[in-house]
Amino acid sequence: MTEIVEILLSASFWAAVVRIASPLIFATLGELICERAGVLNLGIEGIMVAGAFAGWMAVYSGTGLWTGVAVAMGAGMLFGLLHATLTVPFGLSQHVVGLGITLLATSATYYAYRLALPEVTSPPRIEPFQPWEVPLLSDIPLIGPALFAQTPLTYLAFVLTAVVALVLTRTPLGLALRAAGENPAAVEAQGLSVTGLRMGAVMVGSGLMAVGGAFLTMSAFSSFFFEMVNGRGWICIALVVFGAWKPGKAVLGALLFAAFDALQVRLQQTPLGADIPYQLFLMTPYVLSILALVLMSRRAAVPAALMVPYNRGTR
Amino acid sequence: MSGPDGAARDVVLRLDGITKRFGKLTANDRIDLALHRGEVMALLGENGAGKTTLMNILFGHYTADEGTVEVEGRPLPPGAPGAALKAGVGMVHQHFTLADNMTVLENILLGTEPLWTPRLGRRAARARVEALSRDFGLAVHPDARVATLSVGERQRVEILKALYRDARILILDEPTAVLTPQETAALFQTLRKMVARGLSVIFISHKLNEVMAISSRVAVLRHGRLVGEVATADTDRHRLAELMVGSEIVTPAPGTATPGAALLTLAAVRTAPRGDRPGLQGIDLSLRAGQITGLAGVSGNGQGALADLLSGLTAPTGGQMTLGIAAVTDWTPRAALAAGIGRIPEDRHDTGSIADFTLTENAVLEGYGSRPFSRRGVMDWTAARRHAADLIATYDVRCPGPDARIRLLSGGNMQKLILGRVLETGPMVILANQPVRGLDIGAVTYVQERLIAARDRGAAVLLISEDLDEVLTMADVIHVISEGRLSPPFPRGSKTPAELGAWMAGQGFDHAA
Repeated sequence: MTEIVEILLSASFWAAVVRIASPLIFATLGELICERAGVLNLGIEGIMVAGAFAGWMAVYSGTGLWTGVAVAMGAGMLFGLLHATLTVPFGLSQHVVGLGITLLATSATYYAYRLALPEVTSPPRIEPFQPWEVPLLSDIPLIGPALFAQTPLTYLAFVLTAVVALVLTRTPLGLALRAAGENPAAVEAQGLSVTGLRMGAVMVGSGLMAVGGAFLTMSAFSSFFFEMVNGRGWICIALVVFGAWKPGKAVLGALLFAAFDALQVRLQQTPLGADIPYQLFLMTPYVLSILALVLMSRRAAVPAALMVPYNRGTR
Repeated sequence: MSGPDGAARDVVLRLDGITKRFGKLTANDRIDLALHRGEVMALLGENGAGKTTLMNILFGHYTADEGTVEVEGRPLPPGAPGAALKAGVGMVHQHFTLADNMTVLENILLGTEPLWTPRLGRRAARARVEALSRDFGLAVHPDARVATLSVGERQRVEILKALYRDARILILDEPTAVLTPQETAALFQTLRKMVARGLSVIFISHKLNEVMAISSRVAVLRHGRLVGEVATADTDRHRLAELMVGSEIVTPAPGTATPGAALLTLAAVRTAPRGDRPGLQGIDLSLRAGQITGLAGVSGNGQGALADLLSGLTAPTGGQMTLGIAAVTDWTPRAALAAGIGRIPEDRHDTGSIADFTLTENAVLEGYGSRPFSRRGVMDWTAARRHAADLIATYDVRCPGPDARIRLLSGGNMQKLILGRVLETGPMVILANQPVRGLDIGAVTYVQERLIAARDRGAAVLLISEDLDEVLTMADVIHVISEGRLSPPFPRGSKTPAELGAWMAGQGFDHAA
């Protein structure tokens, strides 16, 4: 147990927690926006892969880092447009379309990678986002490096959390989005377009998922690997439920998951890791997430019209 | 165009040659209508006459195949609810369009401000909603979650939604279907206040006494055509009914019957609550042979709990349930069937039938497990089909044949098949939960006559209905249900509708207990 205490008292651990959580926060917010509008977006995993590649490829081809983020977002929105077109006006099964988008986006990305870099054996590196150290604040012991010595994308993730929360609760747009997920008929009766709201939500949400993917190639690492998203999209789906469809709680969930993840990596390097198979450590964040999900989401208010296609004129 | 009198100049809404077809069915056939400032116009017609379709076209939910809509002299673009709202048309749908998990204020504010406005002006909005509530007598708390409101309150929210947007024309689609007589009276007060301020109201209904009470003019639709337009003062219920149906109406006369022994008795029976709906709170009920027991009440007050209990879907959590003379112990849907309880469920689409199954399959849904429909676990489809054909002939089910999918049938014909399925087994207790809701008058009369005939052969009938008139006509003895509590039995004619309405609103229970 002393190993755990030591890890918890190290600043690098807390910095890692925030870093690991960042891509999850982007993608979770994206998924949350889709679901609040009534669309389950299972394309998330593939869209993250596409975003990771698109942003990195743009920078590798010579654009600036922020342009790369925009390119990733654009790529995500394109897949979002496809998802939204199939699920909203055509009203197809959101499960099937979402899984299809994940498969399509993943394989299209790998294909594009091979087309763009046919000869390479190991992926080239780009110059990723560097940490911005906030003067003075980053010197606070323990939490200073965690909160004030991160890359700009991490700061953006936390700013976005607040923005999404405020838009959802405090603006007419947020009210309309939530109503589209609760009772689309009410939205239409008030003269708004359910199709427009839901498609917009899926596109913006997918864009954020792609930025989450791009964080991996442009901030956490500096290259693109196959399998690098590695199920993070699916975790984000669970985090939305864990957070009871509320941005703040979902982000807490992302931090919690990241903490388990950072902890298990470090535990593997302690004497404990010599005795216990490392697969058990790898499992812990997922097992604990499932447990937390069971405990937290009992009374969650799922959007009433989630996964229910809305067809005008049939009632 | 302009008529000699002032009223004609004051046309706020004009429908011109509206035609709408759904496949082969012409739901609206060249309908012309004009609504004047400051009047309540009733739109009368049977279910399926095309009232709701017409209003959905007016409001932009549907696009008309032909014809135009003009509001205050300006044409309304088709298929755009937003444009209708902007032109001052508000609609209260039969099925409310409220988001249950959001507050009253949020529901009212939805879509009233441009989407990209940075803030919802909640404070100013709340003040306005409160002022409107006071002015029009529409009491409801702005911060209450819609899910916690009663049906009457939800309707008030719908009306507030329209008033908040400065609606000049309000369309109410069957607004009284879910209200107690008292709530209906309050609604009428609100409507009178509205027309006194120059608003215009279209009141859609098939209830003649309400149409006579609130409207100044009546337009009657039948089979998608406008068949009459009269000033309410110049007509009466009888003439309106004839216009609506197109022929003389024969209402079934239940007559009197001598009740026999109690076939099913509940003593202090309780059931578990269902979500935020109450369970039964210790009710006493005795269903006698040769008697129709009517259950009146506002929807969601425990009718569902009682129906589920009698169908065997739920078991009592307390009290004593007796069938004949035997106390009930192991209570399941199978047990209920075996005990001779015939069940006509509330929702013929949802629980009464399986839409994509054939008439034959639906006809044996309850009896498929035993002879003659199956032997040693193998279905005998010949026997099943013969049975379905018998039901179709005996119960006058209009359909392509026993192999047609039941979803193709009209509500009335579907209900006749279900009725046949139940009655042919000769049940001793018949649970009829809203058996005529949504049927046209012909089918209503048919179903009611069959229920009366079942009573006359000695069955105990429990008729659950949200339509007080139906209960008053049919039932030999009436109970009122409110919040899971059951009133004492009132013999036919011993209580006025207003007195029953007071019980429906929950008054009387405290003194009676």
